[in-house]
Amino acid sequence: MKSKTILEVKDLKTYFFTRHGVAKAVDGVSFRLKEGEALGLVGESGCGKSITCLSILKLVPQPAGRIVGGKIIFDGVDLLSNSEKEMRDIRGRRISMILQDPMTSLNPLFTIGEQVAEPIIIHQKIDRARAWEKAKEMLTLVKIQSPEVRMMEYPHQMSGGMRQRIVGAMVLSCQPDLLIADEPTTSLDVTIQAQFLRLLKEIQERSNLSMIVVTHDFGIVAKVCDRLAVMYAGKIVEYAGIRELFNHPTHPYTKALMDSIPKMDVKVDRLYSIEGQPPDLRNLPPGCNFVPRCSHVMEICEKEPPGESVVGDGHTVSCWLSCPKWN
Amino acid sequence: MTAVKGIPIFPTLVLSIFIFSGIFAGFLAPYDPVENHINEALSPPAWQEGGTTKYLLGTDHLGRDMLSRLLYGATVSLRVGFIVVFVSGGTGAILAILAGFIGGWVGMAIMRLTDMMLSIPYLLIAIVMAVLMGPSVNNVIIILVVLGWTQYTRVLHSEVLRIKEADFIQLAKVAGCSKMRIMLRHVFPNIVNTLIILGTLNLGQVIIMEASLSFIGAGVPPIFPAWGRMLADGRQYITFAWWLCVWPGLAILLVVLSCNLLGDWIRVRFDPKFRQI
Amino acid sequence: MQRYILKRVALAILCVIGVITIVFLLVRISGDPVACMMPPEATRQDWEAARKILGLDKPLYVQYWRFLLGVSRCDFGNSIKFEKPCLDIFIEKFPNTLLLGTVAMFFSIFIGIPVGILSAVKVGGKFDNFSKIFAMLGQAMPVFWAGLMLILVFAVRLKLLPVAGIGTWRHVLMPAFTLGWFFTAALLRLSRSTMLDVLDSEYVKMARIKGVPETLVILKHAWKNASIPVISLAALNFVFLINGTVITEMIFAWPGVGRLVVDSIYARDFPMIQACALISSFMYVFANLIVDVIYAYVDPRIRYQ
Repeated sequence: MKSKTILEVKDLKTYFFTRHGVAKAVDGVSFRLKEGEALGLVGESGCGKSITCLSILKLVPQPAGRIVGGKIIFDGVDLLSNSEKEMRDIRGRRISMILQDPMTSLNPLFTIGEQVAEPIIIHQKIDRARAWEKAKEMLTLVKIQSPEVRMMEYPHQMSGGMRQRIVGAMVLSCQPDLLIADEPTTSLDVTIQAQFLRLLKEIQERSNLSMIVVTHDFGIVAKVCDRLAVMYAGKIVEYAGIRELFNHPTHPYTKALMDSIPKMDVKVDRLYSIEGQPPDLRNLPPGCNFVPRCSHVMEICEKEPPGESVVGDGHTVSCWLSCPKWN
Repeated sequence: MTAVKGIPIFPTLVLSIFIFSGIFAGFLAPYDPVENHINEALSPPAWQEGGTTKYLLGTDHLGRDMLSRLLYGATVSLRVGFIVVFVSGGTGAILAILAGFIGGWVGMAIMRLTDMMLSIPYLLIAIVMAVLMGPSVNNVIIILVVLGWTQYTRVLHSEVLRIKEADFIQLAKVAGCSKMRIMLRHVFPNIVNTLIILGTLNLGQVIIMEASLSFIGAGVPPIFPAWGRMLADGRQYITFAWWLCVWPGLAILLVVLSCNLLGDWIRVRFDPKFRQI
Repeated sequence: MQRYILKRVALAILCVIGVITIVFLLVRISGDPVACMMPPEATRQDWEAARKILGLDKPLYVQYWRFLLGVSRCDFGNSIKFEKPCLDIFIEKFPNTLLLGTVAMFFSIFIGIPVGILSAVKVGGKFDNFSKIFAMLGQAMPVFWAGLMLILVFAVRLKLLPVAGIGTWRHVLMPAFTLGWFFTAALLRLSRSTMLDVLDSEYVKMARIKGVPETLVILKHAWKNASIPVISLAALNFVFLINGTVITEMIFAWPGVGRLVVDSIYARDFPMIQACALISSFMYVFANLIVDVIYAYVDPRIRYQ
């Protein structure tokens, strides 16, 4: 079945203007997302994954942050040309987001019911009683036991896993077309993580929901995603389908990330880790951003940033090593 | 805020002038502050019509030189301010450490006492005490110390509780340190930062308190050149001799403002996470 | 919730007893009440007689007990100057002070809080910078100077408002503004700082993600959380207010409790001042109790402690 592209991000640039320089948090990011597909955004802390997501919703922290270029085409409309009012209509109703820390995502002063019903009331413009009913349905969907009781309670009375599921109910209540999940399981206990991911996958398959999942954990990527984009210092360095990427990781960074994952069946004396530190986004080197930590640096890498090269079916890499001209 | 090597210029300058004037008022003042020159009473500041350069800032209703009185007033404020801050700050800190670290009944008793004392409006009880004790600078100091330690204890107590749970305290206990040693060598140095900030901010408050007491007549004796007193005396002449009230008030404002600015600067410098103004 | 309220009430009563005790001790330490009351030509016998009447010849704990009992029966002694029970005189003057205090709180809350919120929302902008300066000055300026300067400008130079006294709405403006000035600055700073913290929080981000209109995000989601410390400060302000009324009423010749206290200083009517100190402390403890209850109502986390 040929599904249409629901989101196309073209050359997105989001910079932070600070007293000590301009941090290029997102520097020319492009990807496509089809209906019903789940895209994984992987990379170290500070590589720009979260800011990319916030840029899609136009919720970049201001006044320091600003989207300075590119296009974000959602269902045919460039979001960057939308007014704030139009964005508010889209947020929650067509595009929604789960944040990392469930302990702080819910407002401590309002009941669960109020918070889950709120987007329903705002977007679907139905009365409170019906919205409350719908909220209850959503809570049942995310497998919260005795929702009527829970709805009258407050966030501090719930565990982390429950809170994240409630946030899930909250963001899915208006049946959005796109869900962005920013490290949704990082703050949860390991045992709860698996539960939550399964739930997410179920809901996705049932409602043909498109997802962007931000994570630094390849295990999650393997379970949930169809395609994967690896980010480094504000740029996408490799972009491929899951199978293809796991079988043929091409970019040195991607390979290094994969090597860093300890393997159960291989005995080693030292765990592998990538040398060096993530770069200062205000002071990026000319040429490829990965040069300081790459073990295959060539002359050209230090002079010019690499373009995209196609290395397989739906598989692109930004690396001079893969550029046929230079090899 | 403009700064030299990070230190804010304005408050440091003002406070330096204040401290300098306070200490050397005897040498700097052109006249004796209680000397009357009745014939030249209520003469305006030098730059106004009717003023002379003999009395730069004008004279008050008894012909006393405003500038000299201002300088000697600084001495009073300085003396009261620093003594009260040091003594009440020290006492407050000690009580906070005892209450927080030893805890139990002692801790509860101290904190209850603190709460109760903070429930009494300081000015009213200060007035009661002042009326009974009689007007004098030393009495003002005693009263302000007795009432002032509570603010320190209140704030530092939570700090001590926070520090108590820190790992290095546990390690000290494991190493066999006595309670006294831990309190002196581990807890106290960690609250010094907050103590300094509180002290700086408190200095301004104490100056205002002393001035308030003097203003309503429950502070220093009547003839004394204290800023609050000067304001009280000048009140009735405000319609035609504005300088009687403006100079002492401005002095208080500048000194207190500088204390606040400096205190805030220290607070931000010690902990950049603080986002207050 | 009920257990929480009961606990708070019990603590309040304990506090009141503590206050009475502390005032008693401080007064006894400070000096001899008889010395205040005696005219200079009084003889030794007069002093002895006065001491006997006041019960000052009895041992300390007996005095304390009588004092405690007296206060619990709302007997604060008689004023030396007016020769009437202190409580009666206090009640007579209190409405004026209440009026002044209420208007002052009004000013403070309706200027301080909105300016603080707006400064936080538009952080770094011109409005923010202006309000920061305003707050700085507000907290550095002593009450009496602010009052005197206002008189200088508005009554003497511009002749817009009356210099002092009570009567029309014009008479209330300057005293109320003077009284509320310090608190306005404090409220401004606190509202701004708590709002800045809350606006940065994840749940506010979540509200925006849900598509909640910005005004609602600020007023409902952010402010409700930010208001909690502000409520606490509001109760604390009551003490500042009482301290401030003494001076403000003196400057503006406002016939309230503050003015009463100042007059009592000159008359050396220490029972009156002591009564004022006690009654205002009780009011403060009561106000704190109310605030604690409001707290529990607003923030559910406290109820379940």
